[in-house]
This record gives sequence, C-alpha cells and structure tokens, in this order.
Amino acid sequence: MTAVGSYFKIGPARLFVHAAVLLIVILWLIPTLGIFVSALRDKDQIVVSGWWTAFVGSTQTVAVRLGTSDQQQQEGVTYVISGNVLEGQTGRSVKAFGNRVQQPAAFKAGETADLGDGETLQINSDGSYRYMKNAAFSPDERPKRIYASVSAPPQFTMQNYNTVLTGEGIGQSFINSLTVTIPATIIPILIAAFAAYALSWMEFPGRALMIALVVGLIVVPLQMSLIPLLRLYNEIGNLLGQPSKTYPGIWLAHTAFGMPLAIYLLRAYIAGLPKEIIESARVDGASDFEIFVRIVLPLSFPALASFAIFQFLWVWNDLLVAMVFLGTDKDHLVLTGSLNALLGSRGGNWEILTASAFVTIVVPLLVFFGLQRYLVRGLLAGSVKGG
Amino acid sequence: MLLQIVSALGVVVGAVIACSAYFYFSNKILDLALPVKDGDIRAASRNLNRRALVRPWLFVGPALFLLIVYLVYPVIATVVLSFYDRSGLQFVGLANYQWALGDREFRQSIFNNILWLAVVPAACTFFGLVIAVMTDRIWWGNIAKSIVFMPMAISFVGASVIWKFIYEYRGGNDVQIGLLNAIVQLFGGTPEVWISVPFWNNFFLMIILIWIQTGFAMVILSAALRGIPEETIEAAVIDGANGWQIFWRIMVPQVWGTIAVVWTTITILVLKVFDIVLTMTNGQWQTMVLANLMFNWLFRGGGDSGRSAVIAIIIMLAVTPIMVWNVRRANRELKGH
Repeated sequence: MTAVGSYFKIGPARLFVHAAVLLIVILWLIPTLGIFVSALRDKDQIVVSGWWTAFVGSTQTVAVRLGTSDQQQQEGVTYVISGNVLEGQTGRSVKAFGNRVQQPAAFKAGETADLGDGETLQINSDGSYRYMKNAAFSPDERPKRIYASVSAPPQFTMQNYNTVLTGEGIGQSFINSLTVTIPATIIPILIAAFAAYALSWMEFPGRALMIALVVGLIVVPLQMSLIPLLRLYNEIGNLLGQPSKTYPGIWLAHTAFGMPLAIYLLRAYIAGLPKEIIESARVDGASDFEIFVRIVLPLSFPALASFAIFQFLWVWNDLLVAMVFLGTDKDHLVLTGSLNALLGSRGGNWEILTASAFVTIVVPLLVFFGLQRYLVRGLLAGSVKGG
Repeated sequence: MLLQIVSALGVVVGAVIACSAYFYFSNKILDLALPVKDGDIRAASRNLNRRALVRPWLFVGPALFLLIVYLVYPVIATVVLSFYDRSGLQFVGLANYQWALGDREFRQSIFNNILWLAVVPAACTFFGLVIAVMTDRIWWGNIAKSIVFMPMAISFVGASVIWKFIYEYRGGNDVQIGLLNAIVQLFGGTPEVWISVPFWNNFFLMIILIWIQTGFAMVILSAALRGIPEETIEAAVIDGANGWQIFWRIMVPQVWGTIAVVWTTITILVLKVFDIVLTMTNGQWQTMVLANLMFNWLFRGGGDSGRSAVIAIIIMLAVTPIMVWNVRRANRELKGH
C-alpha cells in the first residue's frame, strides 16, 4: 500500500472517497442508461413516464365507453350495466377513475361513485364495473364515457430495434458505416508504418523537417482542409464524369487525415525498438524492406493496434468528413449522419431515437471494452491530437 | 447490402496488396536500376550511396503525398481563397475579413468559442485529475475508471441524443420524461426548454463534451500520477501534510507538464467542436460556434468559400500557438534521443 493509500485509510476520509467515486460513476452512467432502457420500452410507455420508472410500470389515463343500454339488466329496483373496462388487456389494473376529463382520477378503484341523476358507478381494480341507475337506461342515451387511470406493468420489447433497422434506414446506414470504416482503418496503418520506419531508422536529408511537419499537422483543424478539398473533389468528379462523393474519396480523406497521428504514434514506438536488433540484421545483409517486414512490423503490433483502435473510433464516430465527402443520400448515409437526420425528422419519437442511438454506439463500445488496454496505451503515447 | 460489405472487404484486401506491392516492387526496381556487382568496386559503392539516397523516399512517398494533398496544400489554398469572393474567382482583398468583423453571428460565435475554451478544458482537466487521484486509492478504482472513460467511445452525435433525452421538455400537463426537468419538478421548479435559453444553453451543450472528455484527462493524468516518486509523498506524510496539501503542493506540481498537455489537447478539440452544436441546436438560440458557422457558409446560399475560409483561418490561428509549442517539444525530444 502506498503512503497516501495508508493515509486515506485512516478515518472517514477513505469512506468519503468511496462515496464520491460512487457518485461520479452513477452520474457518468445514468445518461447512457437512459437510452439503453428507453430503447427497450414500449413506445406508448416512453411518452407517459420517465425511463427511470420503467421497472415499476407506468400509469396512464385512458378514456373508455361503458356498455350500451341493451346490455342492462334489472336487479330489483335498479338497472345495471356491467362489464370490464380492461377487456382483453392482461396484466393491467385500474388505479382510479372519474367521469370528467378534468378529474380523471376522482375516485379510487373499488369505490362507488355517485354520478348524480340516481346513477352510480363502481370500478374495481381488475377492471370490472357496475354502472347502476334507479331507473331504466334509455336506449337513446349514448354509452357513457368515463376516464380511468390504468397502471401497466413494465413492458419491454425489441420492436423499436425492428422498426429502426428496417423502417428508418439504420440497417443500411450500419452497412454504410462499416463500408467507410474498415478500409479507412486498415489502409493508413501500412502507409504510416513504412513512413514511420523511414523516419526512425533511415538517414536522409529533410528527415527532421518531415517529423516537425507531421507533429505540426496533427493539430491542423479539419476545417482548413474542407474548402479546397471539396473543390478538388468536384473538379476531379467533373473531369472523370463521376459523382464527386464516393467511397474511395472518403477512404482517402480519412487515410490522409489520420496520417499525422499514425506516423507520430508509430514513429515513437518504432524508434524505441532496440538498436541492436536492427543493426545486426543490417550486418547480416538484410535490406531495409526485409528488416521492416520481418522484424519491425511484428514487433510493432501493440502500436499498430493502438492506432487502429483510434482510427476506428474516429472514423466510425465522424460526422463532418462523412457529410462533406460522402453526402447524405440513402446509399451513402453513415450512422452518425442518419442519427442526425432522425433528430430533425423524428425529434419527439424517443423510441426511434434511443434505439438508433444504441445501434450507433454499440460497435465502438464493444471495441472500447474489448481493447481498452491498447486504447489507453495509444492515448498515453499520442496525447497531442485534439480528437 | 451484403454485396457492399463484401466489396468493402475486397477493397481492404486489394488496398493491402496494392500497398505491399508498391513497397515491394519499388524497392526491387531500385535494386535492379542501381545494381551492386562484385566486379567494379567504385561503381558498386556509388550505386549503394544512390540507393541510400532514394530508398527513404520510397518509404515515406505515399504518406508524404497524402499529407501534402490533403493537409499542406489545403491550408495554403484556404488562405488564398479567403481573399477571393464566394465563388473563389474574383479577388476581393480583405472584404471577407471586413465582413467577419462586422457580422453579428461571427461575433456571437467568437464569444461562444471563448466561453467553451474557458470552461471545457478547465472542467475536464480538473475533474479528470480529481477522479484520477480518488480512483487510484480504492480497490474498485479500475472499474470506476472504465465507466468514466467509456463516453470516449461514443460519437458526439450519439452523446447528443443521449443528453437531448435528458434535457427533453414536454409541454402542457404532460409528464416530464427528461431527467433534468423531472428533477426540477421534483424540487418544485418549473420545467424549461433548457437548450433554448440563451447564454445558459451553451453550458448545457458544454456538459456533453465534459462528459465525453473527462475520461481522457483522467487516463492521462492517472498515468502521470503513478509516475510520481513515492518518496516525495512519504516525506510529505511524515512532515504532517494533510490530504489536501499533498494533492496541491506535492502531486499537482509534479504533473504540471501532463496537465498542460491534457489542457492543450482538449483546447484543440473544443476549437473544432461541431457535431454537438449541429445536432443539439444547429446554432440556434445563440449557440453558434466557429466550426458550425464555417460549415454553414460552406453550403449556405450555394456556398461562400471566401467567408468560410476566413472562419477556418480564425480557428487555425487559435491552434497555431499550440502547434508551435508541440513542434518545439517534439524537436527537443528528438535531440534528446
């Protein structure tokens, strides 16, 4: 145990640390938990109760019409219409009822309500009701409308996922995102690794300058590149008679935008490899190409993995580059773009938004939890790029 | 659909083969073009030297090409375009800069960006440092760290949806399904449409970025804190320092360098913040920031490359000091090798 550790062990200070960290963890988890839970809820329940009540069920007010006068039965001096307001619904129960919309919960379930004009109404929590009158119900009267607050048990469903994957184009976008991300993650690794090797183990004029250039370019905002590249892409598209927004176009763009960080990370690692290994290989007559392929590449696996995760998360989560270089038509819309579009068109439909958001973040989260070790290592080596 | 995935995988395989082939054959060709034969020693050594001159450029060639086409050339072109009109054809001198100075929306964006810069890096670094110190002291610290770090994997758009749900407002007598408004109501307050309250809405957007980036600060600072020599802390404990003093007087000064790195990294990120504002408000209710204004002008009314370029240059100018600092630091490290 460290000195500070044993210091904190004394007294309530340690308890305070536990409590504070617990609070932070809860604070950090709750937002994501909200959409996880909501995406699984019934869409009618989402709008009538907060997601934090999902596990205790929800209460909603419904309007019901009681039976018609031809169902009435005479019991002594009173006439009774009986039935069940929850006909055909299982698992629900009536908490309260009322006959006016302003007070939909005026009477508790099981109570007998006096509705005036000699009418009384009793609704039990199982939904069965007895609607009584001291005279016959007239056949001209419309069936009586009453209000009941009905509590429904928690209901979880995969329906929302079904809807977004097939109906809202999220499925297609998922494929599009994969199409963008896989090549844009793998291509830069090779190109950057060769460059990083040359910058670490080969002497050539301009080497220091190029390293400085790479470090400088890491922080150049993407915004500086957008305008000229958009023009360049349009010109090339016109020249070739092709659309300017294509998958190869965005693969190259992502490859190039990831290049400075890739070279920086890989160079830091490759330059740190033991000098003896590389020099003895040279003495044995191996060419630089052979040294790179046979020795450097296998040894650099941790650094390659770190960068691959970075690049994967960055490309998968990117919105700006995709909007500018890939466009927003159906065959090209990536997940982030889809989600952004849904925020506009389905602003209040939380069952769709939450399920879509979950589909969008599930892949990076899996990558994150599976390969966190490499991500942390990469962060520590390359904490100079701002996202 | 499946076809698309298969073709993407095909591209990966193809690209890997093409890359490998390029490197392999370019090296082979170089060896063939400049042969080293046993007979003529002088020619052999001349060719060896020439090979050593050319080969590095074969290795860095593709990377250098991409860097120049996608980053170096655009930076220069953007600066040039900022002196031209909306179509990029007519030279207009400083007119675009003049427009920017007088534009209300532009000044609003500058103001908001400064607000973001003042709050987000400081908040992330501070929370990151505090959480790092605390989680290092408890047995389940690594689990806690993982959870705080997790939002790093979530896209800004995804995070915006997550937080928009928290800020959700329901009008009339509807039940508040947004967590924030439900809590406000619980304590007797009136629910609000939080993201449309000018000035304060900026902070509601900032919270999203803080939620995402604190984990980053925590991870980096936690590693730095572990590097602090035990003896310095032990000595402080023996001298009777309390936890507070140990934190501020012993730990923080020893990780200053790392704090600076974290701070500047988040600063750069903040300057480029785009997705969050686009998805939450699209710059409405006075939340516009430079990156979004730049994007708007890129397409607004058919696009105005001049004005858009000016805004991009402002962002670039803001990161330039950090860039210079980074390059200097890297140079120092290189010489120290």
